[in-house]
Amino acid sequence: MGAFRNYMDRIERLFNRGGPLERFSAIYEVVDTFIYTPADVTGGAPHVRDGIDLKRLMILVVFAATPCFFMAMYMVGHEANAAMASLGLQSVEGWRGAVLERLGIGYDPASVGACLWHGALYVLPVYLVTLIAGGFWEVLFALVRNHEINEGFFVTSLLYALTLPATIPLWQVALGISFGVVIGKEVFGGTGKNFLNPALVGRAFLFFAYPSYISGNAVWVPVDGYSGATALYLAKEGGLTAIANAGITWTDAFLGTIQGSMGETSTLACLIGAAFLIVTRVASWRIIAGVMLGMVGTSTLFNVLGSQTNPMFAMPWYWHLVLGGYAFGMVFMATDPVSAAMTDAGRWIYGALIGFMVTLIRVLNPGFPEGMMLAILFGNVFAPLIDWFVIQTNIRRRMRRHAS
Amino acid sequence: MEAHISLFVRSIFVENLALSFFLGMCTYLAISKRIETAIGLGVAVTVVQAITVPANNLIFQYLLKDGALAWAGLPDVDLSFLGLISYIGVIAAIVQILEMLLDRYFPPLYNALGIFLPLISVNCAILAGSLFMVERSYTFSESVVYGVGSGLGWALALVGLAGIREKLKYSDVPEGLQGLGITFIAGGLMSLTFMSFSGIQL
Repeated sequence: MGAFRNYMDRIERLFNRGGPLERFSAIYEVVDTFIYTPADVTGGAPHVRDGIDLKRLMILVVFAATPCFFMAMYMVGHEANAAMASLGLQSVEGWRGAVLERLGIGYDPASVGACLWHGALYVLPVYLVTLIAGGFWEVLFALVRNHEINEGFFVTSLLYALTLPATIPLWQVALGISFGVVIGKEVFGGTGKNFLNPALVGRAFLFFAYPSYISGNAVWVPVDGYSGATALYLAKEGGLTAIANAGITWTDAFLGTIQGSMGETSTLACLIGAAFLIVTRVASWRIIAGVMLGMVGTSTLFNVLGSQTNPMFAMPWYWHLVLGGYAFGMVFMATDPVSAAMTDAGRWIYGALIGFMVTLIRVLNPGFPEGMMLAILFGNVFAPLIDWFVIQTNIRRRMRRHAS
Repeated sequence: MEAHISLFVRSIFVENLALSFFLGMCTYLAISKRIETAIGLGVAVTVVQAITVPANNLIFQYLLKDGALAWAGLPDVDLSFLGLISYIGVIAAIVQILEMLLDRYFPPLYNALGIFLPLISVNCAILAGSLFMVERSYTFSESVVYGVGSGLGWALALVGLAGIREKLKYSDVPEGLQGLGITFIAGGLMSLTFMSFSGIQL
């Protein structure tokens, strides 16, 4: 490591102001600070005595999402292998089959290793395409506009990839993340300057541009000839009985052995991530609690109201929790510190608004079986307004207190 | 009653005048720099909308519609070709009255709204409210609900955008996009999120 440090120190002057490679200083900076803790210290007061900066913060979120990532690989492989077993297929076509053949890994749905490998061949390409396409825009904007490359993109790319179905064409992955990074973030000036969650902007773009690939009525298991629907879509059609008929129990949905986008099926993995984020104080527990309360309240209200024609009215809150992207969105997307509300009281309101909206869309909107993505974006839009009202109330209260 | 509640919710969220029909864009983009002003304009538009849509409804039903003049002994007269000009006249008159009231009783709001207050009279969202009312043949009570709802929906979109723009003051927008450019993008992204309501049946 010492030799590399010396090498980095030696080439640093090339990138400094006036050096021949000044234009590319952002790339030097990102490599340097990604590997080493920056040695810069603040010159004047006030000093913050804490090693945590944006990079460490983002790395913590990546750690928190790791369980979801592995569950995604395992589940995609498991679903594919199980589907193949039920259809009696022995091998897959194309390069994935060739790789699995070469490595000598079978298609046994009971073997954890075989499932992980098979799933990885779907999850990793999506993630790599996201990294390359999004990273391209990130670096381009950093170079042209002379700002630093932010590690926020690592989180964005990871979360974005996990919200996609395994069968999505890779060119759509690249298109979506390009829209998310450029329109959702970089036109506003980069990390911390945007008002919507860039990962969700990219996914929403794909959702409305290519609904047949992503809306969840055709199943997302990457095996030819296998068809079905996601659990939420089933519920939309026939309520809880349809889910039970498909052989899905609550435990299945909680652990994640159901159809769905890659990273969002396992509520358990999301809750592990949530615990980690709350303990390290990266995510606001108020937002998570708000989303939870909003969803529980609204779904209970719908349960009480009841409906003859719409089976979604009868779905209890603990089913809403485990189906679709609710848990994933609540833990990783709603808590994005940039696009969420900033005040403590505002976070409760913002969270409750998301919880209310997601239930509303799931129950009342026949067009969309899943509403978490749109509910969070809706919350993002009104987060600045919520903050403003909270601050105004605070100012008024303090003025009254000091007047007396 | 249920139909009215459904119409009210639909006119605010599902058929939002600004974000699903893109009406009233000029004031929407111009008066969304500050939240206070946006709230003021939002209230003004809601009030104007809540008065003009029912007023135009009465005019349409009892003066302009085919056979509406039967009460005056003229059952064969169809004056609906005068619709546009009468709606515009009613809107202009009501805005004028509102302007005088604001000038007299709320001078700060009057000054903040400036030229855009008289411009409410040519705000397409207002005229669209009346025209939608005619096209969908609302009854009088429905037109009251629709007027209030569509005005509130437009105001909600406006205030929401103002909140975003107050936040965007701290952004680092590329030079070519500053001002209106980034506002257009923000408005577009906002309407993307309002797509969550599209198709909701109540």
